[in-house]
Amino acid sequence: MTSQAQTLSLRGNVTMVSVRFFAELREAVGVAELEIDAMDLDAVFTVLAKTYSADVCAQLRADNVRIAVNHELVSGNPTLSGGDEVAFLPPVTGG
Amino acid sequence: MDSRVQIQSEDFDVARIYTELRVQAAGHAGAIVTFVGLVRDHNALAGDGADVDALVLEHYPGMTERSISAILDQAQTRWPVSGLRVVHRVGELLPRDQIVLVAAASAHRAAAFAAAEFVMDYLKTDAVLWKREHTRLGRTWLKSTSQDAARVDKWHESGGLT
Repeated sequence: MTSQAQTLSLRGNVTMVSVRFFAELREAVGVAELEIDAMDLDAVFTVLAKTYSADVCAQLRADNVRIAVNHELVSGNPTLSGGDEVAFLPPVTGG
Repeated sequence: MDSRVQIQSEDFDVARIYTELRVQAAGHAGAIVTFVGLVRDHNALAGDGADVDALVLEHYPGMTERSISAILDQAQTRWPVSGLRVVHRVGELLPRDQIVLVAAASAHRAAAFAAAEFVMDYLKTDAVLWKREHTRLGRTWLKSTSQDAARVDKWHESGGLT
C-alpha cells in the first residue's frame, strides 16, 4: 500500500461520537452535549483541550469524575465507534 | 427496562406500591419494609445554614436506571427478597416533598430491613443522580458525604458491591 492510500483511508475514517456532561461539569463546559470526531477517549480529551480552558479540562480529568461509554463505566483509553455516547459524571449525590 | 425501578418527576403513592408488592409476593412474604426519603427544609450539608427553597435532581436517562438495577441485583443475591422496588424522583422538588422510595418484601423481617437499608445506602453512593440545592444565597451542587461513604464501606466489608 502506498502512504497516500493510507492517508486517504485515515481521512475517510471519521468517528463521530456524542459527549455528554452532567451537573456541575455541564455548567463548567457550558453545554450538555457535543458531537466530536474521536477514535478513542484520549482523542476526546485532545479535542476538548482545543476548545475549553485548562481549568475546565482539569475538572473533566479530576480523579473523582467517572466516565461512561454507552452507559458503562470505563477506565483507561477505550476505543470508540461511530455513534458511541461518552459521558462525564461528577460524584453522584442521589438517594 | 427494569420493572423494579421507576425514575419520574411526579410524586408517588406509597400505598399503591406497597399493595403491588404485597400482591406480587402472593403469600410468600411475611414482611414488607418501605422507606421514604423526604426533602428537608434545612440542610446541614451546605453549611451556610440557609433554608432550602428547592432541590433539583438531575439524572442521566438510561444510565440512572441501570445503576439502580445493579444495586437491586446485589441486594437480591445477598438476601432472600421476593420483591424490591425503587422509585426516585427527578426535577425540582420542594421541602417536605417525597424524593425516594425503597420497598423490600421477604419471608422474614430481617432480610427485608437489611435489603432496604442496603439499597438506600448504595443509592447515595452509586445511583447516577445529582442534587442541586437552591437557597436565598444561591445554587449549590451538593457534595457526597463521608458518612454516606462510611455506610457503604460497612456493607462492603461484609460482602457488598465489588
